[in-house]
Order: sequence, then structure tokens, then C-alpha cells
Amino acid sequence: MSKIPSPTDVKKRVQDNVIWRSVFRPGSIYRKGYRDTSRDRALAAMNNVLYHLHPVKVKRHGLKLTYTYCLGGTSFFLFILLTVTGIFLMFFYRPTAGAGSEFAFQDMQNLDQTIQFGALVRNMHRWAAHLMVLTTFLHMARVFYHGAYKPPREFNWVVGVILLLLTLLLAFTGYLLPWDQLALWAVAVGTSMMGYTPVFGQQVQFVLLGGVEIGPETLLRWYVLHVLLLPFVLTIFLAVHFWRIRKDGGISGPL
Amino acid sequence: MAEEVEVDQEVYDELIAAGKSERIARAKAKAAAMRKKKAAAGEQMGPREASAPQAPAPKAKAAAGADAAEGGAVATKSRSGDGNGAGNGALTPQERQARVAAALQQKGGGGGPQPGRSTKLGGQDHTHRLLAMVPPTGIQQIRGKQDDKVYTWPHLITAEFVCLMAVTAVTTVFSALVNAPLGDLANANLTPDPSKAPWYFMGLQEMLRYLHPMVAGVTLPTVFLVGLMAFPFMDKNPSVRPENRKTAYTIFTFFLVFWAVLTMAGSFFRGPGFNWVWPWVDGLWFTL
Ligand code: HEM
Repeated sequence: MSKIPSPTDVKKRVQDNVIWRSVFRPGSIYRKGYRDTSRDRALAAMNNVLYHLHPVKVKRHGLKLTYTYCLGGTSFFLFILLTVTGIFLMFFYRPTAGAGSEFAFQDMQNLDQTIQFGALVRNMHRWAAHLMVLTTFLHMARVFYHGAYKPPREFNWVVGVILLLLTLLLAFTGYLLPWDQLALWAVAVGTSMMGYTPVFGQQVQFVLLGGVEIGPETLLRWYVLHVLLLPFVLTIFLAVHFWRIRKDGGISGPL
Repeated sequence: MAEEVEVDQEVYDELIAAGKSERIARAKAKAAAMRKKKAAAGEQMGPREASAPQAPAPKAKAAAGADAAEGGAVATKSRSGDGNGAGNGALTPQERQARVAAALQQKGGGGGPQPGRSTKLGGQDHTHRLLAMVPPTGIQQIRGKQDDKVYTWPHLITAEFVCLMAVTAVTTVFSALVNAPLGDLANANLTPDPSKAPWYFMGLQEMLRYLHPMVAGVTLPTVFLVGLMAFPFMDKNPSVRPENRKTAYTIFTFFLVFWAVLTMAGSFFRGPGFNWVWPWVDGLWFTL
């Protein structure tokens, strides 16, 4: 205890620590001796979990804001944001409706009025959901106008359409959960059309609603779809989408 | 820890004194120690500096293959006028032919691999002979130009981080200012007028005004979706330039505008009874 170590000393000691070195692989920017050289930049990408997503180098033009408008990325970030805020909401929400047990609606009121940050997080979840539908649409349009669906990227476009569909279904199933008039009747309008599916219209509607009309069973069913099944499926397709971007030779273009 | 590698302390201290980083100094000192050890063991080492573009193959090899090197290497040597390594060094087909002919002549008409001649590089001249068979365009072709690339770290990661922060900030600020709607408790016996689907399905609901529910609600969405997925397989035009894609642009833009108009009509211009209203006169029936 003779002398107080300087910040540089502390940094050095921390970085020399066995645990630190086990966490950050050689080349990590947090490791001792990282320098801003080509070699270390390449290592930083290669020895990072992000290497599952990104190659070491990317085309320069793909970085220009006016190429992707970061729309795919924004859709993805919104999905992350929705997952985080959604987990928060799950702590306070019970998918239960029906006389004497209108918990879903009560929980929404509580979130809005009494729970710390409840209103803010609920708002974020709602607005981010709308925004994600919008950015996904726009992302599709930008991909189209760049001809980025052309070989070898045809299949990734198909994966993209599935992602769009899943995004819409996620937004729609979530719309029912507050169990207010808005939710009930928006969903009623949307699902009434499904009854017109040729041949098994009635069956399709029955399976989706958990009954002949929207009720507490529908709420539980859509809740499970919304918080579990659809995000799970979307994540799988996202993985395929991102993987294909790399395998198809990175971002398309330049035009 | 891995076993310690010897380090030439003298070299290390020298480099550190010269202000080199610890890593560089250690690496060079290790190399120096290794070199010393090999030299002491009488091992020959390839001269590293000599492998610069100008120099021929390492000496040891060159000596062994002296006879082969004379004739054999001619056909692949880079163009003299080019300067070494300048340009892509490719030969025109005529030039290549001329060189192959000259090389073969020098070797006395060529012929198969001659047994008993060079030993170590026995196959070498043969290889060069084979090169004459290669199509005049060459073995390795670089298709298109080299991509102009940058490092993912820091360039792409920084951009993504900024985007992530912006998305989070915009959503947070907007959410602090504008509350999400929450209506009255759901009541199956009390139909609001109008009842509207979420905006992303408003296009469908608007079509419902004009078409049979099966067509508007099932057939057309299915056709759209399948058509969307099939688009890349139907568009056989390889070009990605807007000026070559007028038809594709027209079709897609048509559907996009069509869809946007339907969505906006349903969202903003439909009131009680789902009848047409002017939002600036009659008010707005639209909730997100
Ligand atoms: C959940 C929705 C989606 C997410 C999170 C997502 C994410 C991404 C990301 C991050 C990229 C990298 C380039 C960029 O940002 O533009 C990308 C590229 C691509 N996306 Fe998506 N996407 C989604 C939906 C879609 C949809 C709806 C389509 C088309 C119908 C689509 C088709 C493509 C194609 C073809 C590429 C390659 C583009 C290129 O190479 O320029 N994606 N996607």
C-alpha cells in the first residue's frame, strides 16, 4: 500500500488478469496490445461472436447510408428492442379474460398507471412494433429497387417474404393482447375473412380462435403464439436470412 | 501456459530501447533466437529478403534446377515491357504462342520428359510444356473487378452501433411523448362503428368494400404472397440497373402504390359505416 496505482497501471493489471484474457480472445479490442492495424482489425472481427454474422471485410459501398438505409438492420434492432420490452411486459401481464377474471385488461391498466416505467415500456413495445412492420416493408422495397433479389439471392428474398409474413402475424397477435375494444374488434375484422377460406374456412377459423368466436381461449392462444411460437420461428428464419446474405456474397451491388 | 519460447534478450532490449512495442520486440527477439539456433545447427535458411518480386527462386532450388530454368521458365515470365509486377502481367495469346515456340526451340524441339536429366525438378519443364496447352485466356481468371472492401471492425460495427442507438433513442423519446391507446374493456356485444383492422391490414379491409370476402380476404392475399415469393424466379433480366429494368420497376411500383392508396383510403378516409369521409371535414377514425 505504498503508492496508489495509476489508471494505466490498473488497466494493465486488469488486462493481464487470467480471467480477462480468457474472456477476450486474442485480437479482441479489449485485450492488451490491440493496435489499429489491418491485422488487428481483421482479428477483432474474426475472434468475435459477431463473426457468425459478419465477414472480416465488407464492400465499401454497402456502408453508405443510401444503399441499405439500414432498413434491414433497423428491422432487426427493432426486433431486439421488442424482445427486451416484451420480456418486461410479461412480468406484469396475464392472458386471462372472461367475467370475473379480466386480468389481461386490468394488467394493461396497471402497466399504464401504477407500474414503474410500465407506461413507457408499453409505449415502446407498441410503437416499435408498428415501426418494425413499416421498416420491414421499406426494406423489401429497397431490396426490390436494387434488384438485390436476383441470382444468387432469389431464395433469400423468399425467406424475406416469410419474415414479412411472420412480422405481420406477430404484430397482429400482439394487437389482441390488451383485450380492449380496439383489440377485440380489429381482430374480429381481420379473422372474419379467414372464415372464407375455401373448403376448410370454418376449421381454420376454429383453430385460430380456439372456438367459434373470439373469446378467452383466443386470448390465451394468441398470447402463446405472440410470445413464443412466432418469435421462435422468426428467429430461425432470421438466422437463415443473415447466413444467406454472407453465403450469397455479402450485400448486393454496387448498382 | 504454452512452453516458453526462447527470446534473444539482447535483441529484445535493443528494440525496446528503440521504442518498439512490447509485442513487436518479443516477436523479433524470438525470431532472432530461432535463427541463431538454426545457424548453430548448420541449417540453411531461405533468404527472406531475396523472395521479393524482383528476385528469382531461392538459390538452392535455382542451382538444382539450373538446366530446367533456362528454357522452361520463359513461357510464363512476365512481359518485359511491363516492368516487373506492373499491370496484370498477362500475355496476349500471340505473345504467349511466340514465347512457347521460342522455348520449345531452345530445348531442341521439345519432346517428352527426358529421363535422367534433372532429378530434383524432373517434372518442372514438363509442367511448363503443359502450360502451352492452357487456353490462351489463362488458367486463373479474375472475373469482374476486385471489390472495394473495408474492415467490418471498425467501419460496419460503428455504423450499426449508431443505427442501434438511433433506433433506441427515437423509440424511447417518442414513447415518452405519445401514449399507446387503451380503449374500454373488450365487449363482444358492443360493436364500435367503424371497426377497423390494424393499419397493415387496412388494404385488405378496403378491398372488402369492393370484392367478395373470399376474394379480398383469402384469394388475393394468397396470390400477392405467392407472386411476391415467385418474383425472383419470373424476372429473368440479369441487370440491376434501373434503366434496364423499366418493366419490373413499373409492375412493382404499381402494386406498391396500389397497396399504399388502399391502406390510406381505409385508414384515413373511412368513417362510421365504413363510409367515405374527408378527414379534414368529418374527422379521423384511425387508431394505431
Ligand atoms: C424481419 C424482417 C427482416 C429483417 C430483420 C431483415 C434483415 C436484413 C438485413 C440486416 C439485411 C442486410 C442488408 C440490409 O440491411 O438491407 C437484409 C438483406 C436482405 N433482405 Fe432482409 N430482412 C427482413 C425482411 C426481408 C424481406 C421482407 C425481404 C423481401 C421480401 C428481404 C429480403 C432481403 C434480401 C434479398 C437481402 C439481400 C439484399 C442485398 O444483398 O442487397 N428481407 N435483410
